[in-house]
Amino acid sequence: MPYRSITIPLSKLPVGSLCQIASLNIEGLTRRRMLDLGMVPGTFIECVRRSPSGDPAAYRVRGSLIALRNENADKVDVYPL
Amino acid sequence: MPSTCQTRRKILKDSFGIDTAESQYIVALAGNPNVGKSTVFNALTGLHQHTGNWPGKTVNNAQGSFSHRNKHYLLVDLPGTYSLMANSVEEEIARDFICFGQPDATVVVVDATSLERNLNLTLQIMEIYTKVVVCVNLIDEAQKKNIRLDLEALGNKLGVPVIGAVARTGKGLNELREAIFKITAQGCPTRPLQVAYSREVEEIVAKLTPKIRELIGDTFNARWIALRLLDGDKAFINKISRHLGSDAGLIPFRGAAE
Repeated sequence: MPYRSITIPLSKLPVGSLCQIASLNIEGLTRRRMLDLGMVPGTFIECVRRSPSGDPAAYRVRGSLIALRNENADKVDVYPL
Repeated sequence: MPSTCQTRRKILKDSFGIDTAESQYIVALAGNPNVGKSTVFNALTGLHQHTGNWPGKTVNNAQGSFSHRNKHYLLVDLPGTYSLMANSVEEEIARDFICFGQPDATVVVVDATSLERNLNLTLQIMEIYTKVVVCVNLIDEAQKKNIRLDLEALGNKLGVPVIGAVARTGKGLNELREAIFKITAQGCPTRPLQVAYSREVEEIVAKLTPKIRELIGDTFNARWIALRLLDGDKAFINKISRHLGSDAGLIPFRGAAE
C-alpha cells in the first residue's frame, strides 16, 4: 500500500472518486453503526452521488449503497485515491 | 428432544410473549434489514403475514409454525438488524431473544449481494452460541450482478451449515428445512468460527471466562459474557443478572473486568 499522509473529510470527496478510510472521529451510537456497516479503517469508499443541496450523499461501501449526512461524513477522515 | 425445561418456556412466554407447545423446537430467524427474511419466513411457514412497506422494518415479532419429517417447529421472525450491540429497540429484541430465549436453532438470513456486510451479524450470533444455520438468500440477484459464491468454502470457513436460497421462488428451502432438522432433532454439532481479538483482550477474556463459568454455569456462553463485561454495557449486565436471579453476583465482577 502506498504511503499516504494527506487526509480529507469524507464529505469533501468529489462524486465519482474513491478513497480509503483513515479514521472515524465519532463516538457512541453513530460510530457503532458505521462499524457495523463495514466502515472500518482501510475500507474503500466511493462517492456515488450527492443530493441537489449536497447533503446527504450516497457512498458505496463494500457493495452496499449508504447515505450519510455531511454532519457525519465530516467526521470520517479518508485518504483520497 | 426439544428442551422441555419449564423455565425456558416461562421465559419465552413472559419476556417474549411466545407460547410454545411441548414438542416444538424454537427456531429464530435473524438477519440484516432487507435480506428477504420475511420472504423466507412466509415460504417456510406458509403463513401470510403483512408487514408494512417501510424498508427494513419488522417491528412485530411474527411467529409461524411448520413441520418437517414429523418434527414441529416454531419460527420466530426477529427484527432486521446490522448488529447485536443494542443501539436500537430492534437490536435489543434480537439480541435478547437469541441470548435469553435460547432458541434450539437460529437461521441467519444473509444477502448474497453484500455478503461482507452481512457476515458481521452472523459472526456476532456465532459468538453467542453454536446452533446456527446460514441461509444465503438472493443468490439469483448475485448471479445477475456476476457475483460468484463458493458456499461450500464459506461453510467450511464458518463451521456451520450454509444453504444457498432464492426464497422468492422457494429454491433451497428444502435444504434449509433439512439443515434445521439436522441441527435440532439430530443434534448435529457445528464448529462455529470464533473471532479472535487482540492479545490483550484475549488474555483478559481467558482470565475471566473460568470465573464466569463458576458463577453462571453453562446457562450462557461464558466467553461471550466476558466480552460484554469488557464492553462495559451496564444495562445488559443488569439484564443478565435479572435473568439469573439477583444473587448471581455479576455486578461486583465489573471491577475485575476493568
